[in-house]
Amino acid sequence: MSDLFFTLLLLCDSALRLAAPLVLAALAGLYAERSGVVDIGLEGKMLGAAFAAAATAAVTGSPWLALLAGIMTSIGLALVHGFVAISQRGEQIVSGMAINIAVAGLAPTLANAWFHLNGQTPILEDGARFTSINLPFANALSDVPVLGPIYAEVISGHNLLTYLAVALVPLGAWGLFKTRFGLRLRAVGENPGAVDAAGISVHRLRYIAMTIAGILCGIAGTALSIGLSAGFVRDMTAGKGYLALAAVIFGRWYPVPTFLACLLFAFADALQGQLQGTPLPFVGEVPVQFIMMLPYIVTVVVLAGFVGKIDAPKASGIPFTRDR
Amino acid sequence: MSTRAPTDLPRLVDVGLIPALNLLTALVISGLVIWVLGEDPFEAMSLMVSGAFGYGEAISYTLYYTTNFIFTGLAVSFAYRCGLFNIGGEGQAVLGGIGILIAALLFKDLPGLLLIPLCIIFGAALGALWAAIPAWLLAKRGSHIVITTIMFNFIAAAFLSYLLVGPLRRAGAQSTESEDIVSAAQLMPLHDVFAFLGMAEGPANMAFVIALLLCLFYGVFMNRTKWGYELRVVGQNPAAARFGGISANRGIMIAMILSGAMAGLMGLNEVLGVQHRLVTNFTSGFGFVGIAVAFMGRHNPIGIILAALLFGALYQGGAEMAFEMPAITRDLVVMIQGLVILFAGALEHMYRPALNRIFANPKKIEAAR
Repeated sequence: MSDLFFTLLLLCDSALRLAAPLVLAALAGLYAERSGVVDIGLEGKMLGAAFAAAATAAVTGSPWLALLAGIMTSIGLALVHGFVAISQRGEQIVSGMAINIAVAGLAPTLANAWFHLNGQTPILEDGARFTSINLPFANALSDVPVLGPIYAEVISGHNLLTYLAVALVPLGAWGLFKTRFGLRLRAVGENPGAVDAAGISVHRLRYIAMTIAGILCGIAGTALSIGLSAGFVRDMTAGKGYLALAAVIFGRWYPVPTFLACLLFAFADALQGQLQGTPLPFVGEVPVQFIMMLPYIVTVVVLAGFVGKIDAPKASGIPFTRDR
Repeated sequence: MSTRAPTDLPRLVDVGLIPALNLLTALVISGLVIWVLGEDPFEAMSLMVSGAFGYGEAISYTLYYTTNFIFTGLAVSFAYRCGLFNIGGEGQAVLGGIGILIAALLFKDLPGLLLIPLCIIFGAALGALWAAIPAWLLAKRGSHIVITTIMFNFIAAAFLSYLLVGPLRRAGAQSTESEDIVSAAQLMPLHDVFAFLGMAEGPANMAFVIALLLCLFYGVFMNRTKWGYELRVVGQNPAAARFGGISANRGIMIAMILSGAMAGLMGLNEVLGVQHRLVTNFTSGFGFVGIAVAFMGRHNPIGIILAALLFGALYQGGAEMAFEMPAITRDLVVMIQGLVILFAGALEHMYRPALNRIFANPKKIEAAR
């Protein structure tokens, strides 16, 4: 029993760790979609930020400069997507995929040219990373039954960006639902014509939303390359941007349910890591490739589990034009 | 959903100059990156052109890649004309390749004239199946098809790697690959078919001809058949489709099944044409670039062939450039593809306002008033 409890704690611990980039990217997707821009380019923004952060950390040794570089890179990519979606009224899915593909090529190209490590960045020292923080009394309280181990194993011992991700969920919800800006942002995703008629610039609001999405994806990518790992590896986002978007849909475009969806996906991811090589009851050892499918299958099942079109922001993906 | 902007530009500007300018923009930015990497962009571009068309074998390689891009471009277009984004070309091509290989191994005693059609049927069927599941989830449950098709890419990739280390693995092989197919299943190389033209040896094969025939099928299906018409109506105006008694769900299923079949047949070129076995990562991004091919080709069969040729040349020329220039890897080709998708696909109308000012036909504007 206590063994099972402990395994479960470790699973939750690694789920929370893996959830951090997912949560940040999902919040980015949520702000973008709430403003009426569909952003399939979360993946590319994260990957770009992951590379910029890892490269900066490798050169300067400072995680803070790395975070800044990650955020700036991601904002730049977000504004490219914004330019396509908002100013040019181009195809948003195509633009997002284009950004994902271009970054997937550019990041290892630059890594190879600058560090000569076959498309990776050097492995970082701890000082150049966001390393795990032990919360106060974690050791002292670990003997308290049930709650102690939960505090010590699951809550304590994450890096700063993981805590930031969790803190940004209520903050993001507050910004979206309790501020004037949030009201306008939601309005622009539902009925841009009305916002325009009220004398507020639709384009400006959407560009601001894209900038916010850029910042959040920047933190997500940084968390991935210098928080979770110690450097940039080719294609290290491995579909997390798309999973984040699925979490937004599953969370019906609300921050807290989206956060819970991210936790679910991250738990599936942690579970697949745990299950590799361990025999399961009744079926024996499952080939590792099938276990690796788990997060993606969970996503499909979750998306299929409920009707997803109903609650989408009405103007999501539709460019705004005044002349009609 | 339709992106076709109202235009009174001369046709040559619309289908010639605009794509050329978009492509040029992507290449200028790529040139800047090459310059940052410390190589000469002009030399890089000339290496790319000579690498793609400079000698007989290069042309054959270009056509070989072009074949893949035609298949995946058609796949994207079939879905898009119905208003759907099929980003799952990668996964559908993987499943198609698996189906083709299984047919080639299963019926290996049959003569080629029966064996190859069986491979085509298996490949198309498995590719179609892999697209039909997300389509069904969309039709029945409203599941976001962009995300489900992407998830199916990941699932397909894992499934392929399972097959290649497990049931389909060649006995005693070092790398993960399947048994070889029998020679009866192999598609004839173009240099044998067109030997009388003196074509140089290379990987281009009859899959290229099959791809061209499928373009013809695409054009006829879309413009001359009832199903094609229904599918386009669903894509352009779902409400009108409903009023007209056209089932949107049926349109979605038909479009995605045909789309998946096209992507699945990409395996003909790879498995039956060139590799003669199933290898890991044989789809290597062709499915994604199909998006660019479809959009640059304006979802028109001739346009798709020309856009596929462009990407084929880019792919082959880029490989040559990466081989010749030490600071450049094949990753750069991926980036160039991404930029071309951005400027030729997403930003395809960027230069239109400026060109409208230059080329606008005053008579037509007058008539419009």
